[in-house]
Amino acid sequence: MPGRRLIAATLLLIVCTGAAAAEVSARHAWIRLLPGNLPAAGYLELINSGAESVRLVGGQSPRFGGVELHVSSDPSGVARMQRVTSLNIAGGKTVVLKPRGYHLMLFQPADDLKPGGRAPVTLEFSDGSHLVVDFLLRDATGQ
Amino acid sequence: MTRYRHRLWVATVLLLLLSACERAPSPWNLHDISGLMPPLAFTLHDGLGQERQAKEFHGDVVLLYFGYTHCPDICPTTLANLVSATRELGEAADRTRILFVSVDPARDTAAVLQRYGQAFGPRVTALSGTASQLRALSRRYRVSYGYGKPDDAGRYEVSHSSGVFVFDRDGAARLLSTGADSAAAISADLKHLMGG
Repeated sequence: MPGRRLIAATLLLIVCTGAAAAEVSARHAWIRLLPGNLPAAGYLELINSGAESVRLVGGQSPRFGGVELHVSSDPSGVARMQRVTSLNIAGGKTVVLKPRGYHLMLFQPADDLKPGGRAPVTLEFSDGSHLVVDFLLRDATGQ
Repeated sequence: MTRYRHRLWVATVLLLLLSACERAPSPWNLHDISGLMPPLAFTLHDGLGQERQAKEFHGDVVLLYFGYTHCPDICPTTLANLVSATRELGEAADRTRILFVSVDPARDTAAVLQRYGQAFGPRVTALSGTASQLRALSRRYRVSYGYGKPDDAGRYEVSHSSGVFVFDRDGAARLLSTGADSAAAISADLKHLMGG
């Protein structure tokens, strides 16, 4: 029965890809592209509508060689950027990844990424859930 | 009653005198550094590998910013903000120049600098230099930069001064923006500096 096989395959796929993030949603997701193969930055708002806090722990994208969570800081007039392992989103709260703060650092962009286009990034959370977010691509000036 | 009125009058006069003692409010949104920093001077190279001297930019109001291209957040955010500040000047924007000086010459080759500058439009010129040229420039304006330890992929962070130095058309150091200034605040100061 090919129908049964299809159902079995679908079930297997659901199990293997893990639970989707039911409690966390995203909005205003955009990426600042820089020329050539320079790393890009991704920004968005993450809304945790659940009661429990959850941590953003990583990400991946078919359009970038690597995705890391970074934070910029400017103590006493010296700009620094550091990799961080996770970002907590308390229950019922919204966390904003924005310029000069927390951001996704996206390495090795695909050659055909263009401002005005879109790129998916799968965000991974501490509870094993994930969320696929469609990012709008902008140019170096954020336009 | 009369005595009360008299006291009130004295208090008012005192208040007026005190407020006169306070420094006049600065006409600038950014930090006024007139006389505190030396005039614009450097020898660097541009995205075509051509040597560039500071004197070539005299006649334009120059905004000088240090950074590196493998900096996806603060550097492009700052440059985009400066570009939008100059755009708000309208035609006068042609008399401004944003100089981005990369302190990461190992990765920022001439070709990388050229494409990077172009990505921000015609007002931005990306420059870099030899280690000694960059040291001389950073010492001149008392800015710092440093290189982090490379990770497994050979990537490293570069810490750098986040300030933007503004020079007038004669190359005199005039203003310092600390990074958080809005495009509108910077634009207003540029207009004032250009005598508008």
